[in-house]
Amino acid sequence: MGMNIVEKIMARASGSARVKPGDLVVVGVDTIVLYDGNFFPAYWRELNSVKNPDSVVVVFDHRVPAPDRTCAKAHDVGRKFVEKFGIKRFHDVGRDQGISHVIVAQQGYALPGTVLVCSDSHTGSGGAFNCAARGTGGPDMIYALAKGETWFQVVETVRYDLTGRLQHGVSAKDLFLHIASRYRDHSNQNVEFGGPALTDLSMDARRTLATMGTELNADFTIFEPDQIMLDYVRERSQSPFDAQYPDADAEYADRRTIDLDAMEPLVALPGKVIGNAVGVSEVKGERIHQAFVGSCANGNFDDLAITAEVLKGQRVAAGVRFIITPGSQAIYRRALKAGIIETLMDAGAVVTNATCGACQGGHMGVLGPNETCITASTRNFSGRMGDPSARIFMASPATVAASALTGVVTHPGEFLRGGNHA
Amino acid sequence: MLKGKVWIFGDDINTDLILPTPYIYMPAKEQARHVFEANRPGWINEMKAGDVIVAGRNFGMGSSRPAPLALSALSVGCVLADTINALFFRNCVSFGLLALECPGVSKLFQEGEQAEVSFDDFTVRNCSSGKTLKAVQVPESLISMMQRGGIMPLLESEGFIAPRTAAEELQQSAKQ
Repeated sequence: MGMNIVEKIMARASGSARVKPGDLVVVGVDTIVLYDGNFFPAYWRELNSVKNPDSVVVVFDHRVPAPDRTCAKAHDVGRKFVEKFGIKRFHDVGRDQGISHVIVAQQGYALPGTVLVCSDSHTGSGGAFNCAARGTGGPDMIYALAKGETWFQVVETVRYDLTGRLQHGVSAKDLFLHIASRYRDHSNQNVEFGGPALTDLSMDARRTLATMGTELNADFTIFEPDQIMLDYVRERSQSPFDAQYPDADAEYADRRTIDLDAMEPLVALPGKVIGNAVGVSEVKGERIHQAFVGSCANGNFDDLAITAEVLKGQRVAAGVRFIITPGSQAIYRRALKAGIIETLMDAGAVVTNATCGACQGGHMGVLGPNETCITASTRNFSGRMGDPSARIFMASPATVAASALTGVVTHPGEFLRGGNHA
Repeated sequence: MLKGKVWIFGDDINTDLILPTPYIYMPAKEQARHVFEANRPGWINEMKAGDVIVAGRNFGMGSSRPAPLALSALSVGCVLADTINALFFRNCVSFGLLALECPGVSKLFQEGEQAEVSFDDFTVRNCSSGKTLKAVQVPESLISMMQRGGIMPLLESEGFIAPRTAAEELQQSAKQ
């Protein structure tokens, strides 16, 4: 029996001929990504040595610019670490900063066929690039820095074959909500995506899906390579890599085909995403106080573009705060040049700098008691974005934008002129 | 072998419930004061050192935050759940909190009963009913790291990081 993509990468990284579900493997880590959260005294420990400083990337993203003195101190600890070990790939507050997973994508740090770790749970984002990337914990990062390795327990893999094409206004977020709703949680499973629909799925869309794999409870989420992916990485990186394809006789726990033509805008009800999404019409009219588009999952250029398409020439409803957070300063600048930022701001949206911000409930749009928010970000747990009594609906950027205009949960169809939509 | 009083939690207990966001960057002792404050306020005052959390599916789903550290700071004896999120489990290993997946464990106990857990043969026993379940076996190296306090003591002993000073230990330690 052959191996699937994750098994092949684990085998290579652990120096084994083959690995199978149940194996505990010690693997060499190709890329270690640290963020500001690592440098708080509750987690950080000064290292006497770093095995390979060139494997390290440091990005400040969760709380930037520093909103308080505790964060400012953590940033200082991080800068001193960068200086002490000569870390070259450092993305401090400024031109090249962004949310770590977005930076990893746009800089070509997640190389196909390699292993990447970061102690943020949405690290699976790098799976869009055929990279075995996943969130570990803070102590794992110290261990990987010291020894250049980490451990994984290999689990079984579910393969999704995507066919057809998403209609205009239906996004990868809706596809994710469909998977979370129909196939529910993927505890102790990897998720592998492939199939003919990849041709029409942008790297932004794939990153949304890979990032949200975490919310399926999946271990690794990974995409089969195609020309679009390989070109994207080669445009950004000079480093050699060896992309991994599944063997023809690879073993899967299950193989499921999803027709993207059949997808429609969905909304996850507050509290959780697994088994909790419904069609927009079922919650139509639910009053909102805040709308948010951002995060590592939905702060992409595509996300800002569709948001602007919905908002163009209109005004955000009275009583609604619409907060938009680009995933990186580079995306922000690109959207600025394309006229997107002007459209968003003319409509009354507030555009923030790139940060995890409101998605994490840290700053830049924290919810108050009993408020209702509709969000295109990563999580809708109680208390995720602020007060535990606040309710968080999760949807695509288009649905969030349409809802911001009306002040109630709204299907995006009526606001989209750009293409074929149901 | 570990013995403790059982507290029952349901399915989908996420990291944001275990350790709410406003406290994630604070010292472990402070984190511990806010465990489950949204879903089970007051529990931290009722539970005692060595007690056992028994939950359903997806315990610890969510973020990489050091939720196991906050539970360690409360001296939780062990976490048993039908399924445990892989990242949370990993953090249990890294922070030295004993945790086992044990399919069906959520139905094995009523709250307040005594659990007996063996990490040698991976059995979970209800001391009241006498019923026993088999937990999912965890490799010896991971159990050993859990029992020895996780990654940091290991890296200290190998000289990769310096032990915390007495003042740092007092400030940041998980011990009450």
